[in-house]
Amino acid sequence: MSKEWPLWEIFIRGQHGMSHRHVGSLHAPDAETAILNARDVYTRRREGVSIWVVKSADITASSPSEKGPLFEPSESKAYRHPTFFDIPDEVGAM
Amino acid sequence: MYAQMVKSTGEAVKSREEMTPEERRFQDRIDAGEKIEPKDWMPEGYRKTLIRQIAQHAHSEVVGQLPEGNWITRAPTLERKAILLAKVQDEAGHGLYLYCAAETLGVSRDELTERLLDGSMKYSSIFNYPTLTWADIGAVGWLVDGAAIMNQVPLQRTSFGPYSRAMIRICKEESFHQRQGYDIMLKMARGTEAQRRMAQDALNRFWYPALMMFGPSDKDSVHSAQSMAWKIKINTNDELRQKFVDQTVPQAEYLGLTIPDPDLKFNEETGHYDFTQPDWEEFFQVVSGNGPCNAERLEARRRAWEDGAWVREGLLAHAEKRAARSAAE
Repeated sequence: MSKEWPLWEIFIRGQHGMSHRHVGSLHAPDAETAILNARDVYTRRREGVSIWVVKSADITASSPSEKGPLFEPSESKAYRHPTFFDIPDEVGAM
Repeated sequence: MYAQMVKSTGEAVKSREEMTPEERRFQDRIDAGEKIEPKDWMPEGYRKTLIRQIAQHAHSEVVGQLPEGNWITRAPTLERKAILLAKVQDEAGHGLYLYCAAETLGVSRDELTERLLDGSMKYSSIFNYPTLTWADIGAVGWLVDGAAIMNQVPLQRTSFGPYSRAMIRICKEESFHQRQGYDIMLKMARGTEAQRRMAQDALNRFWYPALMMFGPSDKDSVHSAQSMAWKIKINTNDELRQKFVDQTVPQAEYLGLTIPDPDLKFNEETGHYDFTQPDWEEFFQVVSGNGPCNAERLEARRRAWEDGAWVREGLLAHAEKRAARSAAE
């Protein structure tokens, strides 16, 4: 069996000054072709003004079993949110 | 719907007592409406059923290009040609969204293609019927895409994240397909007498195959029960079929066309239309490879795959050569 084209993850920047956002993946022989294919697969209705492609194999993801150690530390830090602090009404908007 | 008779584990749904602790946690997440993501733990049956279902859906999108592609060169106007081209291109895109969702479950794209070609994976029965006239393109958009939407809208809430996200993208684009089909039917039904007859003939031929798209009644199927518990199937086949009939009959009346079912009647008591079931013997024949176009469709896919082999290999060789050259510099 012949070798399969590598898989690329596709990130698109929408029209409105947003960050690039992951939209899906596709197969292509190289990065340039991946961009051309991404144009056809993911922006047929003017969904984007810019495309990033990244080889799926180059992405390192956190594993679901590390979810606790990774994210729990922020759960107990309610003081990082502005609503933690009561500002007297007399002070006005802050 | 595009996924018909998808086999699940073949076993009855496990009670909580029968589940392992992992299975129980998994079911709790699904019951709480959480999405399952590719790297999360999942039962093997869930993974296998989803691969079968998503791949069958993807294959249907890809094979579904063939009956419509048949009319691109013969569309009656340049505008109709451009519209049909865009629709067929969408179907290719929908196939790709779905293949990439299936691949997150650990199956390769080439493997999926090969399993379509060797017949071990199916595509929807509907694409084994021919598109004989231009009105058929109208009927396909109106009825076939209409039936697909009926199935796909609830699937946006399916439990597997990548499948759900693919469904959301597809649903956004699918409405155009149904409306362009109805628009063709409107023009034909209000055109010359010959055009009206053509429109009626297309409805006559596509009505029952469209009803078959939802699959046989599944009220006794263990496959359905398990898939529904896992939220990879949201409604029963009969529920969706009824909804489709209820929605479509008034649209046919507006066109001034007659649904080819003498027993079709609105039932005041239930608030739904009573209708004749399609010929399930015909359905099983088509699914097992004996429909009017099964051989032709698979042959077209096989030819595309084999004739494209040198392009796939050539582009990969070129990419590797260029990568090696830039590494050497």
